[in-house]
Amino acid sequence: MEKHYTDSQVKGVSTGTTILAAIFDGGVVIGSDSRASMGGEYVSSKTINKVVQVHDQIFCCMAGSLADAQAVTKAAKFHLSFHSVQMEHPPLVIAAASVLKELCYKNKEELQAGFITAGWDKKKGPQVYVVSLGGMLISQPVTIGGSGSTYIYGYVDAKYKPNMTREECMQFATNALALAMGRDNVSGGVAHLVVITGKGVEHVVVPGDKLPRFHDE
Amino acid sequence: MLGEAEPQWLTEEVKTGTTIIAIEFNGGVVLGSDSRVSAGQSVVNRVMNKLSPLHDKIYCALSGSAADAQTIAEMVNYQLDVHSMEIGEDPQVRSAATLVKNISYKYKEELSAHLIVAGWDRREGGQVFATLKGLLTRQPFAVGGSGSSYVYGFVDAEYRKGMTKKDCQQFVVNTLSLAMNRDGSSGGVAYLVTIDEHGTEEDVILGNDLPTFFDQ
Repeated sequence: MEKHYTDSQVKGVSTGTTILAAIFDGGVVIGSDSRASMGGEYVSSKTINKVVQVHDQIFCCMAGSLADAQAVTKAAKFHLSFHSVQMEHPPLVIAAASVLKELCYKNKEELQAGFITAGWDKKKGPQVYVVSLGGMLISQPVTIGGSGSTYIYGYVDAKYKPNMTREECMQFATNALALAMGRDNVSGGVAHLVVITGKGVEHVVVPGDKLPRFHDE
Repeated sequence: MLGEAEPQWLTEEVKTGTTIIAIEFNGGVVLGSDSRVSAGQSVVNRVMNKLSPLHDKIYCALSGSAADAQTIAEMVNYQLDVHSMEIGEDPQVRSAATLVKNISYKYKEELSAHLIVAGWDRREGGQVFATLKGLLTRQPFAVGGSGSSYVYGFVDAEYRKGMTKKDCQQFVVNTLSLAMNRDGSSGGVAYLVTIDEHGTEEDVILGNDLPTFFDQ
């Protein structure tokens, strides 16, 4: 209930949002809510997908200004497909994250978007990278972002364990998104989850009524 | 050095940017707080106990402006003493919370403190009341202070009705530890107060005894 930073300073349509990515044993789960709002008062879309595919086994989640995030991911997709043709093999996850980072850093004055990149490559297996608002790039086993993430820092710190199974990680991600959507008024809708492993990619959508409920609901 | 700024504790308001929590369990309540008091970016007290007694079995947890919070607690302590002498028995937790709410509401423009009131009385057992900005509401648990935002998800997920006393104490300590790790304005040691029909216990958990999590 105390004041904290929200994306409501973003002009236009903002993904006041909750995004997260977590590594499990053999792969990575990346997920988000599905609400897009204007100034925290009007929900302009209830079912937007904030998990964007930038290559076969690399996805990213966007937070901040929706327009900026879409423009940057489009540019990144192009760079990556060109890069993979040149290299004659699929791009590394860190390459995808670096492309986003370059765009965010070089245009830091004009842009207001942050990204979580998650994927699988043959060299390092499952990875998660965070590109923050000013263009910092770091690698983490689990990460959360967006306005709703404030409320689940405690939950994620307490409940994330390295080397979980795929089912445990899916449950963890669904619970975290549900908790954030329950407390943040600019996150909501359905939970979009993408599971990426060496074998391939699976999309899971958890509609509102199938989200886990907690003690007061 | 050129242009060295004056230390912040000389000019900034002293706040208990903080994490406070109170939870009801089967037969009583547990209150918890961190111990950091800051003035701007300086920590002016790293061992302050933010759990203040209002009566034998009623405590409150302070957050927001340190001066405002302490003053409200002292005033209500006095008013409760008078009240309990008038009625000839121990006051109800709801009465204490109402006194706090009356002050918070009447002076809501001038004050910036949030107190959580919790305790045990014979009629209703353990109770927790939130008094933010002058509202009065009974809740199974309440969190407050700047660090509380980070643990809403954790508390929502993990709270269960009718926990035992030990489970509840562990839950409060875990929550405080998580919040202190993420909030720059919370830290130090964890203070705990457990109130049930048998009495009131005060506890301190030092920094190195706090629970740690996967990335520590």
